[in-house]
Amino acid sequence: MTPKDNREIRDTAFDAAELERRLAATWTTPPGLLGALSTVDHKIIGRRYITTAFVFLALGGLLSLLMRLQLAQPEARFIGPDRYNQIFTTHGTNMMFLFAVPVMQAMAIYLVPLMVGTRNIAFPRLNAFSYWMYLAGGLLLWIAFVLDTGPDVGWFAYVPLAGPQYAAGKRADIWAQMITFTEVSALAVAVEIVVTVFKQRAPGMSLDRIPLFVWSMLVTSFLVILAMPAIMIASTSLILDRLVGTHFFNPAEGGDALLWQHLFWFFGHPEVYIIFLPAVGMVSTIVATFTRRPVFGYLGMVMALIATGVLAFGLWVHHMFVAGLPRLGESFFTASSMAIAVPAGLQIFCWLATMWAGKPIFKTPLLFVIGFIVIFVIGGLTGVMVASVPFDTQVHDTYFVVAHFHYVLVGGAVFPLLGAIYYWFPKLTGRMLNETTGRWVFGLIFTGFNLTFFPMHILGLRGMPRRIYTYQPEMPWSGLNMFISLSAIVLAAGFLLFFIDAIRSARAGATASANPWGATTLEWATPSPPPSYNFAKLPLVDSLEPIHDDAFLPAAIGLRVDRRELLITSVVEAAPEARESSSGDSIWPLWAALATTVALIWSIFSPWAVVWGSIPVAIALIGWFWPKDVPEDDS
Amino acid sequence: MKDNVVLDLSELPPHGLGTASQSWWGTLAFMLIEGTGFALSIVVYLYLMSLAPRWPLDAGPPDLLPGTTLTALLLASLVPNIFLARWARKQDLLKVRVGLIVMSLLGIAPLILRAFEFPAMHIKWDQNAYGSIVWVMLGLHTTHILTDLIETLVLTCLMFSRHGDNPRRYGDVSDNTMYWNFVVATWLPMYACLYWVPRI
Amino acid sequence: MRAVPPLLISTVVAASGCSGNQSALDPNGAPAIHIEHLIIVIVIICTVIWLLVMGVLGLAILRRRDRPAEDPISEKRLTTVVSAAVATTVIIIAGLTIASFYTTRGIGVPEDAALTITVRGQQWWWQIFYASSGATPGFQTANEIHIPVGQDVHLKLESTDVIHSFWVPSLAGKQDLVPGRSNGLLLRAEKPGVYRGQCAEFCGLQHSHMAIMVVAEPAADYERWAAAQSGNAVIPAAPDAVAGQAIFMAKPCAACHTVRGTSASGTTGPDLTHIGSRQTIAAGLVETTRGSLAAWIADPQTLKPGNNMPMVPLTSAELQNISAYMESLK
Repeated sequence: MTPKDNREIRDTAFDAAELERRLAATWTTPPGLLGALSTVDHKIIGRRYITTAFVFLALGGLLSLLMRLQLAQPEARFIGPDRYNQIFTTHGTNMMFLFAVPVMQAMAIYLVPLMVGTRNIAFPRLNAFSYWMYLAGGLLLWIAFVLDTGPDVGWFAYVPLAGPQYAAGKRADIWAQMITFTEVSALAVAVEIVVTVFKQRAPGMSLDRIPLFVWSMLVTSFLVILAMPAIMIASTSLILDRLVGTHFFNPAEGGDALLWQHLFWFFGHPEVYIIFLPAVGMVSTIVATFTRRPVFGYLGMVMALIATGVLAFGLWVHHMFVAGLPRLGESFFTASSMAIAVPAGLQIFCWLATMWAGKPIFKTPLLFVIGFIVIFVIGGLTGVMVASVPFDTQVHDTYFVVAHFHYVLVGGAVFPLLGAIYYWFPKLTGRMLNETTGRWVFGLIFTGFNLTFFPMHILGLRGMPRRIYTYQPEMPWSGLNMFISLSAIVLAAGFLLFFIDAIRSARAGATASANPWGATTLEWATPSPPPSYNFAKLPLVDSLEPIHDDAFLPAAIGLRVDRRELLITSVVEAAPEARESSSGDSIWPLWAALATTVALIWSIFSPWAVVWGSIPVAIALIGWFWPKDVPEDDS
Repeated sequence: MKDNVVLDLSELPPHGLGTASQSWWGTLAFMLIEGTGFALSIVVYLYLMSLAPRWPLDAGPPDLLPGTTLTALLLASLVPNIFLARWARKQDLLKVRVGLIVMSLLGIAPLILRAFEFPAMHIKWDQNAYGSIVWVMLGLHTTHILTDLIETLVLTCLMFSRHGDNPRRYGDVSDNTMYWNFVVATWLPMYACLYWVPRI
Repeated sequence: MRAVPPLLISTVVAASGCSGNQSALDPNGAPAIHIEHLIIVIVIICTVIWLLVMGVLGLAILRRRDRPAEDPISEKRLTTVVSAAVATTVIIIAGLTIASFYTTRGIGVPEDAALTITVRGQQWWWQIFYASSGATPGFQTANEIHIPVGQDVHLKLESTDVIHSFWVPSLAGKQDLVPGRSNGLLLRAEKPGVYRGQCAEFCGLQHSHMAIMVVAEPAADYERWAAAQSGNAVIPAAPDAVAGQAIFMAKPCAACHTVRGTSASGTTGPDLTHIGSRQTIAAGLVETTRGSLAAWIADPQTLKPGNNMPMVPLTSAELQNISAYMESLK
């Protein structure tokens, strides 16, 4: 058929080669520095995000090695208390806010548009903005740390220790403002993912055909949207207390120290699931591909994701079991904290059932999933332990809890993430990671992790508190601590090998085909790495596994190629509703992020920064949204 | 992988409106974020109140006049706002221009009234926790009036420029009216909390 | 004077005091015993669960695969097995919740106890208040709590600065000391002994060196101790201690510390009226000896960097005399 309007150039007019050439001309980011700074391609930004997050992982890992050096012996004097407090605060803050959450969102930025069969993420300029904000927040924290003004109040920044009276200088403000940076970027990405999943799914991808990873990112994004405002309120109140003398957390003037803890953990507990649920999606994807069958109990898995997301908001008080809250309330939170084991258990059972019924192929991604189950089940069970109020009164704030949450977060999120990197590396880079090295990486990390963290359970029960920079020689902890520090070297070696493998393979690994694992989700229906427009013709979906072994991929045509155009579909059925333009490259998100960075850092020092600093922000935003006479800005 | 074409999308509209547009859903998502923030600020207010021996702390209840006038004004502004939304849907350029000017004025007026609301609280932010939370609640809501006003002003300029008469712009106007409804709607529980809870 | 030689410091640190038994797995108090039982039960149940899951995992990935995988009957059987596993999870979780609840009930509430001791957390030491009882007037001490064996004791926990957490694992679980609030903790020792604990909530630079000793002794010994502590400081007799007292009163020491019965009445630092009777100094940092006292007074910032006690310049002789005076304050 012919376009009704002669000015519009449709994909129907060309053969495959010419179509790809024209699409590339419309969608591809121009080369050069300006192109790199202006790009809104979700794949480029996603790769950037993932790489940055892994750099922060490496830096945070170095900090943990410093801590293990200091703790290897009693009363060691390698690191003084002031520096040690900065190190553990920066380690925790970095791992939670600059690694774990962003890396999961980054994987989604890259993968979700491909998995739902669209050409770019929703609000691509917001996506670029979110990356710059994330980078600025990360630099703020690390530059402050290098300059010896890193935050030293713990990643939880309890008041009054972080308040105006006991945390002089700007260290705590840097922590609080770093939160603002990362939350702005996390919230922006969450909105993009929700809208991408709701409105940009390939025709026919009804709710019951959404890949489980996409489901997990959708639930995660809602958790971000509902949980992060709490930490924004908390960190803003903290800055106000410190800068303009409000009294939110000052008991002498009607404020309350525990108010901070309520707000922080109302965010902080869902935060755990913000990190864990994407990993659940990754595990489901890997299990399905490497057992050669769909995950058992799709509906149950989706329900478990949603149930976990809902329950996540009813657990925060279990971080405050020794703060002196009423006993009755605590019992309620024991019950709710225990209850979350049910959806978690359901997911584990479904994966086990899938493996039982399928034919496992032991490639590196599956090894990481098996390691995940071994470790995460321990973390889940120790989670049941700390959910019990009396049990928790003995292990709260001890190394038992350090062991517990590393089992949950490293076992529950980093293992699946590493599996996911091995799995999606061909799609990210067009090359394969080395399978032999992958087995070594898995072996070293699995062994090193367990040797490092398992003994911490025992240390905690034997009385060793967290966050101490040293301990006295008469305490019976030195042997285990030395053992842990030596084991940490094994763990670090595993990560080092992983980084070497990743860098080497990205340059010279074996070239990957479009679908090297024989997987069934849409991202494998386009070349590795995908072209700038993702799909030359938009795919259609008629089942949970849109790529059948021998079938042709059904496709849709009729989109314009002279503007960045994608398809809007309905929320439930994914029926086509409209063609829609997708924003072109723009430098304005970078300017907006720079203006916001100036305003936020300035406001650590003066409240007037909010007034004067918001003027450049407003100018940048107007520049961002003002129409530029390009086809994308018109209808 | 080869493809076989089974669907032609050429007849679809080139721009989605309402629930078929990304920006509608995006606005909704941001309203959810900010609504959560407003709700939490009310929770903080009630939490601090539950701890205090008397409430308000060291101050009388706030004067009703400025806040109530502002509430009435915000509610009244919904009428032209709903009309503006309707005109934007019909893509009536002239009426949309008029509506945007009216809504710009109705964005400025509450800011003037708000300037009288802060002193009507009879407390400063740095006197005690009660002062802190009422100033932050008022400040938080003022920020929303202000950002929506700036957006309305920019849209007004746009609609008088050569970019104006375009379905995409009407969509923006429509999303802006939705956001104003949200700004008004969130004020009502805050008004009840700030002015009437201390009188219970 | 210049700082004490590093050798002395390291000797002092290496020889330092009683470790007590700071372990949740070595309970000697009723609450800790209740909790230890719960810990053992939960850990055993969880270990069994983990072994079962690992067994299923091992079988799932290693079992022989002769039958076709897409057998609809096996799909149905999977549903049954998974449902059964979820139901079992619910039952176990409910059981553990109830067990936890009963343990809480078993521990009881501190408010019913006859003896109440107020513990006030400070950066980075513990201020202890005993109320007057009978003929014994109330008194203040630091970093060392004495309790009668076999009796419930109510600790009233408060803080003057930041949040701390009182944790003596052999006797009870921990409880936070929150500024602006007052929390309670039930303590009860079943056996005489010295039980070590330390602050469990991160509280700043010297969070690591904020230990507390709980000395549980027979009621008669406890009464004797309380009577002695409530009295004024002994008047020094030995010449070096007499000289030391004069220096103590003349130097800034008296501005921060109280020695009851003398003009020293500062309230910033620990009450030193009976410091010589306490097992450790500087919140469990080192055993109380004349040498450790000298090392501490000479250079508190080396032993415990960041703490609030400044280095007061003293000659070698002054240092020896003050240490002798401190040691004499039994």
